[in-house]
Amino acid sequence: MTEFVSTGSLLEPHVVEGSGDTTMVLNMGPQHPSTHGVLRLVIEIDGETVLKVVPDIGYLHTGIEKTCEAKFYQQVVPMTDRIDYLSPMSNNLCYCLAVEKLLELEIPDRAQWMRVLLNELTRLNSHLVWLGTHAMDIGALTVFLYTFREREEILRIFEHVSGQRMMTSYFRIGGLALDPPYDFFDRVQALIKILPEKIDEYQNLLTGNPIWVSRLKGVGHLSAADGIALGVTGPPLRASGVDFDLRRDMPYSSYEKFQFKVPISTDCDVWARYVIRLEEMRESVKICQQALDGMPEGPIKANSPKVVLPDREKMKTEMEALIYHFKIVTEGFTVPAGEVYQAIESPRGEMGYYVVSDGTAKPYRVHMRNPSFATLQALQTMCAGRLIADVVAVIGSIDIVLGEIDR
Amino acid sequence: MATAGNKEDVLSEHAANPAVASIVAWKREAVVDALWDRGELTLTIARSDIRQAAKIVQTAGFNFLEDVTAVDWYPTEPRFQISYHILSHGMKQRVRLRAFLASDDPVIDSITPVWPSANFYEREVFDLFGVRFAGHPNLRRIMMPDEWEGHPLRKDYPVEGYR
Repeated sequence: MTEFVSTGSLLEPHVVEGSGDTTMVLNMGPQHPSTHGVLRLVIEIDGETVLKVVPDIGYLHTGIEKTCEAKFYQQVVPMTDRIDYLSPMSNNLCYCLAVEKLLELEIPDRAQWMRVLLNELTRLNSHLVWLGTHAMDIGALTVFLYTFREREEILRIFEHVSGQRMMTSYFRIGGLALDPPYDFFDRVQALIKILPEKIDEYQNLLTGNPIWVSRLKGVGHLSAADGIALGVTGPPLRASGVDFDLRRDMPYSSYEKFQFKVPISTDCDVWARYVIRLEEMRESVKICQQALDGMPEGPIKANSPKVVLPDREKMKTEMEALIYHFKIVTEGFTVPAGEVYQAIESPRGEMGYYVVSDGTAKPYRVHMRNPSFATLQALQTMCAGRLIADVVAVIGSIDIVLGEIDR
Repeated sequence: MATAGNKEDVLSEHAANPAVASIVAWKREAVVDALWDRGELTLTIARSDIRQAAKIVQTAGFNFLEDVTAVDWYPTEPRFQISYHILSHGMKQRVRLRAFLASDDPVIDSITPVWPSANFYEREVFDLFGVRFAGHPNLRRIMMPDEWEGHPLRKDYPVEGYR
């Protein structure tokens, strides 16, 4: 991969064509339906040609990183849902893995497989929202209704397992909050049985559509070298031909036990990102099936009474469990000093949690490395020289979530 | 601050690691400290050498800058720790570089000439910690409004009441 080291092309001064009196500065957002939230873009255009795109972010900044420093380790888990509200389980998993790495906890197999299953459902959920809204931005309104039909079923499953549709907070440091309900696996099985044909249905709606094809093909070109230099990860980088997926290449949470393909394209455009995400959805369905077929039996929490809350039943019958419960809830648990960086493959790319502990019960610093934040930097490279209407297609193709950009 | 380590032991143990090998071959004294903890390699680099060290690590095959962030160790001095997480797509491993800055002069060289993606990351650190990056092309606030006073992620920033 050393051929991607060169970053020279981006460092050259970009000569802006056209004199100042023929260009116009256009403000797009923060309230604009195709920016998927509160993204503001200041775009300099010459006629309909985009010369420069400057993103202005921070409208959704709520200081989550600062808030985390005032919470116990286990209290941070609900904060992580709010960062990327389309893939809450990915955030939960990444944070829990980081703290478990600090604690050097051993997680039981069943919990790990459940986490994989729920993460792939999260990926499907997120990609379904992406497909519906991306198509809607470009004018294909129908697809939205189709994808949200299946997404609704995924949200019902989330509600069934965690009690919440979107802000699930189902993972705990050391495992899961609860055993899944008795008919959970049947419902997931029923869903993923129909999903492949539903994905075909979306594809039939879009792939042959001449408007869709001409709006997507060749738009938003991003070379592999530029993608790496600009910090792009996930589907947009794989659409530029970089064969790298953290699930396969640096496995976590027993992903190494699953067989799946990593779709790659070298077209580098919006079309390639569309194709890759559709393929990823098919692969996610396969991973879900493998997780259902091989789901191990056993505990769903690590055997670490000082970190993991005891069962309700034990708490009411055993003195020791009651004491541990009281201690964890009122004063948290201490985590050995140190710093870890844990990255996972979220639906949007590489999500990383950098957790620094000073040996107390509260994290000294929690930092989130979010894929959308980095990918947004590539907007200028992808849009410059293209038409203003293509900006909308490019924003859709990088699948941004403003919650995780602004945090 | 868990920096108590035996630098020479870590360096010799990981001498085969391309990041360690290339930095040691370039300038051994640039590595202030080395740490192997929970499966992660951390190299503390002298403040003045950070841009060159990033360049050397990049040439050694660590081609992808994942993240730049800071930790405020107030009231300890040196106060600010800047952490760089760098990944190698080919070797499938990562290295963490870090540098420490004193509170009276929180300035460090920007690594945007090495990785343009550091642009947003360094703007965020500047905005929330008040650390300045020399040579950054566009060092403006990114999260907070432009007229905001103070840097919210500093440990001495009040979290309630009036500023």
